[in-house]
Amino acid sequence: MRRDVLYMALVTLASLALFLPATGLAQEGESVTSTILYDDPESGERIGAPGVIVTVTDENGEVIEETETDGEGVFLVELPGPGIYSVTIDPDTLPEGIVLRNPDRNPAVVNVEAGQQARTIVATTSGEGGGGGGERGVTLRQVSQLTLEGLKLGLFIAMAAIGLSLIFGTTGLVNFSHGEMIGWGMLIAYMFNFYGLAGVFGFLQDLPTPLGAGMNLAFATLFAIVGGAAMGWTFDKFIFNPLRRKGAGLIAQMVVTIGLSLVLRYFYLFGFGGTPRFFRDFTAQSAIKLGVVEITPKDLITGALSIIVLVGIGLFLIYARMGKAMRAVADNRDLAESSGIDVQRVIRFVWTLGGALAALGGVFLGLAEQVSWNIGFRTLLLVFAGVILGGLGTAFGALVGSVIVGIGIQVSTIWVPTELKNVGALVVLILVLIVRPQGILGRKERVG
Amino acid sequence: MPDEGTIVVDATGLGAVAAEPGVSKPDPILVVENMRRAFGGIVAVDVDRLEIQRGIITGLIGPNGAGKTTFFNLLTGFDSPNTGHSVFNGKSIDGRSPHKLARQGMVRTFQLTKSLTRLSVIDNMKLGAQGQGGESFWRALIPPAWTGQDKTIERRADELLERFKLSHMREEYAGTLSGGQRKLLEMARALMSEPEIIMLDEPMAGVNPALTQDLLEHVKDLRDRGITVVFVEHDMDVVRDISDWVVVMAEGAIIAEGPHSSITANPHVIDAYLGSHHDAPIDFDEEAARIEEDEAIAAQEIAHEHEIVSEIEHHEDHDG
Amino acid sequence: MFLAAIDWGFIFDQTLTQAFGLNAAVYAIAAMGLNVHFGYAGLLNFGQVGFVAMGAYGMGLAVTLWDLHPLLAVLSGILFATIFALLLGVPTLRLRADYLAIVTIAAAEIVRLLARSTALRDVTRGAEGLNEFIGPFRDFNPFNPSFTYGIGAIDYRGAEFFAIVIGWGVALAFVLMIWTLMRSPWGRVVKAIREDEDAALALGKNAYWYKMQALILGGVIGGFAGMVDAVGKATVQPDFFVAPLTFFFWLVLILGGVGRVWSPIAGAVIYWGLITFVQNLGRQLVDEGIVPTSVMDPSQVDQIRFWIVGSALALLMVYRPQGIFGSKEEMALDAR
Repeated sequence: MRRDVLYMALVTLASLALFLPATGLAQEGESVTSTILYDDPESGERIGAPGVIVTVTDENGEVIEETETDGEGVFLVELPGPGIYSVTIDPDTLPEGIVLRNPDRNPAVVNVEAGQQARTIVATTSGEGGGGGGERGVTLRQVSQLTLEGLKLGLFIAMAAIGLSLIFGTTGLVNFSHGEMIGWGMLIAYMFNFYGLAGVFGFLQDLPTPLGAGMNLAFATLFAIVGGAAMGWTFDKFIFNPLRRKGAGLIAQMVVTIGLSLVLRYFYLFGFGGTPRFFRDFTAQSAIKLGVVEITPKDLITGALSIIVLVGIGLFLIYARMGKAMRAVADNRDLAESSGIDVQRVIRFVWTLGGALAALGGVFLGLAEQVSWNIGFRTLLLVFAGVILGGLGTAFGALVGSVIVGIGIQVSTIWVPTELKNVGALVVLILVLIVRPQGILGRKERVG
Repeated sequence: MPDEGTIVVDATGLGAVAAEPGVSKPDPILVVENMRRAFGGIVAVDVDRLEIQRGIITGLIGPNGAGKTTFFNLLTGFDSPNTGHSVFNGKSIDGRSPHKLARQGMVRTFQLTKSLTRLSVIDNMKLGAQGQGGESFWRALIPPAWTGQDKTIERRADELLERFKLSHMREEYAGTLSGGQRKLLEMARALMSEPEIIMLDEPMAGVNPALTQDLLEHVKDLRDRGITVVFVEHDMDVVRDISDWVVVMAEGAIIAEGPHSSITANPHVIDAYLGSHHDAPIDFDEEAARIEEDEAIAAQEIAHEHEIVSEIEHHEDHDG
Repeated sequence: MFLAAIDWGFIFDQTLTQAFGLNAAVYAIAAMGLNVHFGYAGLLNFGQVGFVAMGAYGMGLAVTLWDLHPLLAVLSGILFATIFALLLGVPTLRLRADYLAIVTIAAAEIVRLLARSTALRDVTRGAEGLNEFIGPFRDFNPFNPSFTYGIGAIDYRGAEFFAIVIGWGVALAFVLMIWTLMRSPWGRVVKAIREDEDAALALGKNAYWYKMQALILGGVIGGFAGMVDAVGKATVQPDFFVAPLTFFFWLVLILGGVGRVWSPIAGAVIYWGLITFVQNLGRQLVDEGIVPTSVMDPSQVDQIRFWIVGSALALLMVYRPQGIFGSKEEMALDAR
């Protein structure tokens, strides 16, 4: 047991070292990119459209660059800085018989944040479908598709939310550095995905993959989970357990989590750079049709995996000795302590589990979107929304709340501009506090 | 009701009142009806009727887990009952918030003393005064608008500090006081609001024996100054010394009330304190079932107190 | 000696200039708002930057949209901050302190996202921000914009100097106001609520309402920080109001000592002096090649600030919560 723990700590330290060689990769600057895909009428496959002329202009209509998509249908334009840009597709240069699905969204306006690689969505359809015909009114297909995507997002949020909620339940602490645990998992997976163990232990460089250069993301994910667990463990062992023993108040501890999150987040920026990037594997996948909805294989797999993990956690909480102890401590710490539960050990376990879960959620999020240094903070706000909606301190509430938040965010894009979809979730958070502050599954006594 | 013509030797006015739970009293300041509060599945308080006589000291006793503190919280507006009515001075106070009750003349103290640690003793006292103009934001900005009243309040505070023998600590932070001094300060501070009724939650808990007598004298003194006193206590000796009327709670309900002498002889009370089958031979199963029951109630009480403690901790956490 | 390559004179000039400059004044005011929230009323506000943004946009929009007189524009800034405080306070002030923390950090981010959104572009000008409101304010500037003002090594351009004078003036006015309030019965109630809300309730004080007043007051003070900043920089940029800014204010407050009237001013001067010194030194070390670019490139020097703030915040909160000047005794009174 003790040895495992030591090993975990070593891996954490080693993984920290990982970031140093990566600094050379750091890129600042903004860009806009997209991939234009279409259904090839001959093969029926979804492939990239090459040679489409794309023009990017700034707010004053000044042309930044006119470019063509490459063989994969990808274009990328470097931008002079953050701001609002228009991306215009020349429809005449699309392949024969292919038109834009939403011609009135051409040019598309993108709002580029500092250091962001913005993506626009260029949807195409074959000519006979009649461009733009289906977009008036909300279709069942659209709602189902968004619900599915929302479910996926919700499951990923739930991974982090359960940890946050359990930590709150057992210690009373709201962990504002939980977002950085998400980012940590994502970045470890990225590093192992690209550099493999070689990045950690130089002498392995000559060995074949997965030991040598990069390793498959599936293996990298395992390292991310271990790294996340190690981070959670380290946090409790070296920071929060000593603070509790010192008798530091919860508010002091909360400010410590804030400080921790700032240091870590900007350490990630230092090591990884401001530009979001993709994992090496599973980036461009074409969707498969499932009834009325479409889903990419990677989303299907990560979604299924998260369900398995979450069900596992649920069973663990209900049946396992440690799981019961965790709930007992969350329910009433004094009572648990007096009935012989080693509360400090339970808390250590909760932090470790929370770190591992957040890391896994981070990898999945990175796969669904992109790997970036500040995804932790953005996701943390959604995690908060999920946790409060479900009821602060209850693990199952966190799960239910997160899924509702995820689905809500995605479905809301039918009416709300995509850039504001997260705002909706945060507004809901505030409304929930007015109507039912204890959340869906929370107990009223907890909040007052 | 005592007749007009008779000479009343009975100072409490309760001489003619029968010693039975929920009995009517000649001049009740506080009346409670059908008050019920459950946490989850466990009923913590279930009181059919209780009247508190004006101008006397009423002791509320009961074994651990009887729901005394919960009942106190319900009376003072710090918790809301699931059902029930209460009437204070002839007016319904259902759903009234604690600060409004305090303004109407019902103040309380807490089992775990709430001295305002980083306020000086004199500031603690002055806080208790009601109707302060300077407590409005805009008037606070113009010192001449409140300094006059503040001086009057300060004089009153100093008198009380003198009475409670705390004058020498006047400028110290309340956090530097001893446990007993904090109890005294809390009581004195409550008096600053010139209450009609003062509710003391275990005023003797955690006070060293030397100070207990002092505190008891102060409580009696309150009654002599015409203030109604209700206090929660589990120490029977304390209760005997000062209560004019005793109310006994067990398992959330009121099982007996009356003068102290009538209570000690009451079989229900003995049952509640010593266990209902103390005189009958009991078999193992029964014993086990009873212990389980007791533990469940105790757990609920602990849980509730834990909530209070965590709230307290929480408030203290603000200070960082 | 490699340190000879460093231009120390320049660094010290910069340090002093920044320590008493516009940024320090803005941070001091914002931290004063936090002091009212956290130091006196015990409210945990992790989204002060939202109030700052509200003040800045409230003032800026009053000019760009409605063409109001500058004084009315300031009133509009106050109004925006007040409404924001009400929006946050109503749902959370009856709940435990951490709910306010979560809601404020989220709401501050909502403000920034809304301000820079394309949906509200006609109003807030998106990522570009408000740039056309400064005209009417310039008319009040008694200083000659083409001159520089200052003492010794410290000097500021006329336009900036105007804002600096306003900034420190506002800061001093708030010091006086908070000092008066906290000695009054109002301040006594607010501090009592910080110590123990139930005790205050039991003494007839409407804790909810006082917390709301404190939230509004601190928020409006934060709004003034935003207004001073906007006047000084002649622009309101949405991406200035990022979440970490709140924690810079927190550090300023904790440096000076929580719950002390002068602490935000002392903290802001120290903070800006320290940060400017470290960043200028770091920049020169990198530029001179003393620190190789493989370790840190020039664009990364600015990130040092976040590491300093993050670790200082955590360490001070644990080891010296009373700040640089505070007494250990007072802190020891918190029975923790």
